[in-house]
Amino acid sequence: MALEHDRDADRHFLERLADAADRYTPLVALEPPEGFVLDITGCAHLFGGEAALRRDLLQRLAGAGLTARATIAGTPEAASALARYATCERVPPGGEAVAVAPLPVAALGLDPAVALALTRAGLKTIGDLAARPGDILAARFGALLATRLRRVTGREDTRLTPRRAVAACMVERRFAEPVGRREDLLGTLGLILGTAGTTLEERGEGGRLFEASFFRTDGVVRRIAVETGEATRDGAALIRLFAEKMHLLDDPTDPGFGFDLIRLAVLRTEAQIQRQAQFDGRGEADRETVALIDRLVARFGRDSVVRLVDRHSHIPERAEAMRPAIAVGATMAWPAMRAARPLTRPLQLFDPPQPIETLAEVPDGPPATFHWRRTTHQIARAEGPERIATEWWRDGESALTRDYYCLEDREGRRFWVFRQGLYGTETTAPRWFVHGLFA
Amino acid sequence: MTAHRDTLAALKGTLARLERGAMPSASPHFSLGPAEFDAALGGGLARAALHEVFAESPAHGPAATGFALGLALRAAPSAPVVWVRQRMLDQEFGRPYGHGIAALGLDPGRLVLVRAKDAEAVLKATHDAARCGAVGVVLAEIWGAPKVLDLTASRRLSLAAAESGVTLIATRTAAEPAASAALSRWQVRAMASEAAEAGLPGLPAFLVTLLRHRAGIPQRDWPMEWDREHRRFRQRAALPRRLDALPGDRAATPQAPALPFRRAG
Repeated sequence: MALEHDRDADRHFLERLADAADRYTPLVALEPPEGFVLDITGCAHLFGGEAALRRDLLQRLAGAGLTARATIAGTPEAASALARYATCERVPPGGEAVAVAPLPVAALGLDPAVALALTRAGLKTIGDLAARPGDILAARFGALLATRLRRVTGREDTRLTPRRAVAACMVERRFAEPVGRREDLLGTLGLILGTAGTTLEERGEGGRLFEASFFRTDGVVRRIAVETGEATRDGAALIRLFAEKMHLLDDPTDPGFGFDLIRLAVLRTEAQIQRQAQFDGRGEADRETVALIDRLVARFGRDSVVRLVDRHSHIPERAEAMRPAIAVGATMAWPAMRAARPLTRPLQLFDPPQPIETLAEVPDGPPATFHWRRTTHQIARAEGPERIATEWWRDGESALTRDYYCLEDREGRRFWVFRQGLYGTETTAPRWFVHGLFA
Repeated sequence: MTAHRDTLAALKGTLARLERGAMPSASPHFSLGPAEFDAALGGGLARAALHEVFAESPAHGPAATGFALGLALRAAPSAPVVWVRQRMLDQEFGRPYGHGIAALGLDPGRLVLVRAKDAEAVLKATHDAARCGAVGVVLAEIWGAPKVLDLTASRRLSLAAAESGVTLIATRTAAEPAASAALSRWQVRAMASEAAEAGLPGLPAFLVTLLRHRAGIPQRDWPMEWDREHRRFRQRAALPRRLDALPGDRAATPQAPALPFRRAG
């Protein structure tokens, strides 16, 4: 059987492997199509040394049914070249130049045309290249070759660009035996939160965005993020927010693997200001409201808990926006209310406006009746028009002017309707819409 | 040392009492506005309780929402208001519009809107918010009569409200009143407004029926209008001013002024 090569699936699989490799170090970078690089500087001792870390990684990959090659070297480029073109477990510090010397020039990862040109010039191995003066090579084959050569031979070190942002504060806990019970996981997470809280406190900071990563023994990584409206390091409150979302760990296809590593990353921190208690209890009440919003967000999602924000536009549907409450904070300025006589704006607004059929006097009389949702409304009172011109800088010159009317039907129901287009000058058959309902 | 501590505790207690006294929400009842309404309700509506507002029919949903917002403004003049709304209501009636909310007298800045995907989510969010004492009012809007909204659910909400002191107002559209633990139950329909000058639409008017009250207040109709300048309800004349046509074949007969005399002999 032959199957089409599915690049996306390959890429996706590689991403998953890289996720799982997160357990060794937060600095993981992809090298598509088939590789990834880990920066294990300062991490290796946690796994019993570099050799043991490599063994553990290969063992896990073999457990997933993969044949993998891995090399530990001083620079990402050297490690990548050696893993692909040689069998080398580990390069002793400073030994990169010797180790890569016998590799073919293709190991530099250059454009095939350049590699071919080098081979034709009789420069077959990296060792051949390294023996030549760098500036001559750069002049003939481009600066990239010289840079690559320096990096592969360990003469220049580079930092890799990790896939995931490195957190300001990171705490993790490993289990000797995999843990599956949610209570145990939460308990451990609570301990980790305590440690992270202490670290943050020393810096005078609090976190706004926390992410817990749960590494399952079969390589699956589940991440749960919790956001707060104010900088905090209150472990008890945070653990309640995490508890709301622990169901994300559920996996119907999980035959009972446990988690053997939990890592907490504080992805966003802010200076946390110690506020003095106010006598009227206002500060306390505000904090309670913020905590309530955090709880609701953890439960229903960021976009489900919103505040209305004034947007300074005279086009009704653009005059305000719904913003996540967690992002806009507790105090938001709305222009002072004008208690003008007519109720000029409806309580609820249709987005988009709903088309209606009307019977109205030309050119700019209010409708006498209109038909909407299989009901004909007889208008008893009407007010208008309120003319709202379009924003030509957004909608273009040809956008139609709207004339708004506030209508009340015989039963007392009120509608905000508009006619799109000025009769005669802009259009001959203007369309009507109901845009909102008054209380 | 202990004497100091006792003094401190006593002072703190005094302060706490003063604070509570200073806050307008200290009273267990809120007034609707007109003294007549409050007297009929036995001194206003209870704050720490669940109240239900039914739209008479789906067409009167916006009126019910408006009435509920009016109640919310009466119950909490300055505290945060959490408005939990089932998402499908946005398709039916449009999304809550800040400028219109402001036009009724509620500052949108103190509004937190929760957009719930179904009735169950509305109940959960309402319950969460009802337990937070810093919130003034929780408005819950549910479409239809879902199974999850039963006597037990309303009892849980009532208990949460009683504990925290938060006022809960549940607005129901396309639903028939059923057994619930709510303290009061209202039915609302829109009513022709009392015309402002030149026959323009006036203040929003509702025909409100008190269907049921735990204290056994008899059922009755109240024509009301919302005075947004003073943020209070007002009595609306029982019948809308004449909208019916005058007879065309006769001259309109002006009523003879009632004289303080009686025709004699």
